Amino acid sequence: MALRDTHVTMAHGGGGRAMRDLIDEVFTSVFQPPGSEDQARLTGTALQEPGARLAFTTDSFVVTPLEFPGGDIGKLAVCGTVNDLAVGGARPLWLSAAFIIEEGCEIALLRRIVATMAAEADKAGVRIVTGDTKVVERGKADGVFITTAGVGVIPPGRDIGAARIRPGDVVIVNGVLGDHGAAILAARGDLALSTDLASDCAGLGHLMQAALAAAPGISAARDCTRGGLASALNEMAAEAGLAVEIQETALPLRPEVVGVCEILGLDPLYLANEGRLVLFCPEAEATAALAALRSLPEGRDSTVIGRASQGQVGRVTLRTAFGGARIVDMLVGEQLPRIC
Amino acid sequence: MKFASEFRDPVAARALFSAIARMADRIGASRDRPVHIMEICGGHTHSIFRYGLDKLIHDGIEFIHGPGCPVCVLPMARVDECVEIAERPGVIFTTFGDAMRVPGHRKSLMQAKSAGADIRMVYSPLDALELARRNPGREVVFFGLGFETTTPSTALSIQQAAREGLTNFSVFCNHITVPEPIRALLDDADMTLDGFIGPGHVSMVIGVHPYDFIARDYGKPLVVAGFEPTDLLQSVLMVLTQIAEGRAAIENQYARVVPEHGNPVSLAAIADVYERRPSFEWRGLGEIDASGLRIRAKYAAFDAEEKFGIGYAASSRNVPEIEGCCCGAVMTGKMKPPQCPQFGTGCSPEMPLGALMVSSEGACAAYWQYSGIRAAE
Amino acid sequence: MCLGIPGRIVAITHADRLMAMAEVSGVRREVNVAPVAGNDLEALVGQWALIHVGFAMALIDEEEAAKTLQALQDLGEAQETLEQMASSAEALA
Repeated sequence: MALRDTHVTMAHGGGGRAMRDLIDEVFTSVFQPPGSEDQARLTGTALQEPGARLAFTTDSFVVTPLEFPGGDIGKLAVCGTVNDLAVGGARPLWLSAAFIIEEGCEIALLRRIVATMAAEADKAGVRIVTGDTKVVERGKADGVFITTAGVGVIPPGRDIGAARIRPGDVVIVNGVLGDHGAAILAARGDLALSTDLASDCAGLGHLMQAALAAAPGISAARDCTRGGLASALNEMAAEAGLAVEIQETALPLRPEVVGVCEILGLDPLYLANEGRLVLFCPEAEATAALAALRSLPEGRDSTVIGRASQGQVGRVTLRTAFGGARIVDMLVGEQLPRIC
Repeated sequence: MKFASEFRDPVAARALFSAIARMADRIGASRDRPVHIMEICGGHTHSIFRYGLDKLIHDGIEFIHGPGCPVCVLPMARVDECVEIAERPGVIFTTFGDAMRVPGHRKSLMQAKSAGADIRMVYSPLDALELARRNPGREVVFFGLGFETTTPSTALSIQQAAREGLTNFSVFCNHITVPEPIRALLDDADMTLDGFIGPGHVSMVIGVHPYDFIARDYGKPLVVAGFEPTDLLQSVLMVLTQIAEGRAAIENQYARVVPEHGNPVSLAAIADVYERRPSFEWRGLGEIDASGLRIRAKYAAFDAEEKFGIGYAASSRNVPEIEGCCCGAVMTGKMKPPQCPQFGTGCSPEMPLGALMVSSEGACAAYWQYSGIRAAE
Repeated sequence: MCLGIPGRIVAITHADRLMAMAEVSGVRREVNVAPVAGNDLEALVGQWALIHVGFAMALIDEEEAAKTLQALQDLGEAQETLEQMASSAEALA
């Protein structure tokens, strides 16, 4: 093993031997990309099918802390990219991963992140086929930033998206909400909360495939990341030109997440998730969709939480346990803990 | 018992709505001639909107949203002073989250943070104390904001800092008191108020007797209320019952938390650490006598006003509020948020003119978020 | 400044600084118990308190809580009786 350093230095970004050693030992030996050129050269038979379409996404990951209960930045990167493809009805195929590393970053930490990424890629059935590495001076990055791109194939005839949502479509989520956001808040340490909460980060490619197979009429899906369920619903309702109503009593929430929200004065509807889909599905196919979702571990707690309807375009309403109603709006800025 | 979910029971709520309706009919309250009940505390405003109580309750009940939101009544000049302190070299400025987005004349704390000032959000003054212990080379300042609910926490933290002999911790004190602005509102000829929902957690500290003057001198009922929806509804029913029976008294619906005489330890800490300023500026309400607290001379070493030479007198620069801002009128219940000409146009959560649109318990933010009203009416 | 929630005190952590561990729905946070500390700190363990910005500000009086809930229940029953009376009156009319 040529790499004897314990921490990344500017030399590792210099393009010379030190960089070569870092890339070989930490990245390519684990990811094992096809070939060793600057670009991955790939053939995909699925892409060549008449009517098939390429799905292409990109994303950046900047989480602090880099490692947290339930995962690390690497897991977020692979799952996030896979999910972005999967919610469009695509089968995820190939990922790229570019790393911006802060001078002084522990190499053992990098190895752990890469190991996680390889494991998640394997689980999701994708390959990480190309990448890049840069090193910046201390203070110019939060440890590690990861930027990915992901490519997948949408089979002929499939076209899901918010524009396809129809009045009467039910809204389904695949499990308890807000675990990731609450876990990260607790993990940050500055609020001194301790919980057993872990991030819900998970790849949802297989889940989407199963749901689409059982309920091909599924109109749209999105993953609820930053801004939480509320933001995803607002965006989808606006694009669909419809209104959405959800039931407070139907929202699946862990008591600890409710606890964190009550202490800090936050609304769980706005907490980030990293393994949650929100699906719109014609009522007639809802039972089939739920059965398929619940047959997989990532979808075990799937449930209907509301429906789309004609109404004020883009309006999302929550029917409270009291029978009252209130608007669930887009998040303005960041949700801040309050004391009032 | 978990003391929270039991008080959100929809079945109990239904019964309360009906009882309220019967009582409202009995006193002849209607949409055209409503009973005006002021909920003083911003946390109550938030609960009312969050559970949709204002929409579900009898038409003849009108909630007047009072000035009990310490972020909302923070004058812009004080925000400017926070930013000034935060921008001094070596300072770690700590604050509750609520205050981060309130606009100052130049910047909000959030904007100052993105421009490079070391401003950190904390959940508790104890966390600021811990920051001071861990960063002996830095000056940690805590923005002490809030009514009597929060005042003891800052006082106890200052006492702890004194015990430990910390030299790098101070508090920028903006604590204010509830009874004085209520008196100012009751003295205002333009206000029609028939009763009050009293602040549950302020009362947990000060007890119920500071409100005696409201019943005794002004003949208005006040019921100290908890924050769960059934607490609020039960309190409204108690206010209406007093009105129906021609009584005016101070009653305590939140007896499970609020002791009649308040909390002795908290009251002692407040008395030890603070004294009343002769008067203090409230955004939208002007100067109110004896309504603000400052740190006593014995704790001067922990007083940011002393350390940074920013006394309250210095802040009475009479910097005018933004033209067109109606926060004062809304906060005293003279105007409803959608009646403000700026609502949705010059003032929105993304670009707030005033604190009522920024603070999560400001009436304007609550209307925006929960009622979906987007334009001035 | 009103966001306070009920939490259970589960342990004393630093008696000299009057610090204890409070738990809310499985979430734990160290809180200062000065406002509710009597002579015996350990007696606080197992009690419910109102937590606000890291302090236990008041102990929750279980008896009063039960009384409030009972009043609500009575109201609920009175309401039911009224509704029953109303519907039988209708039936008889």
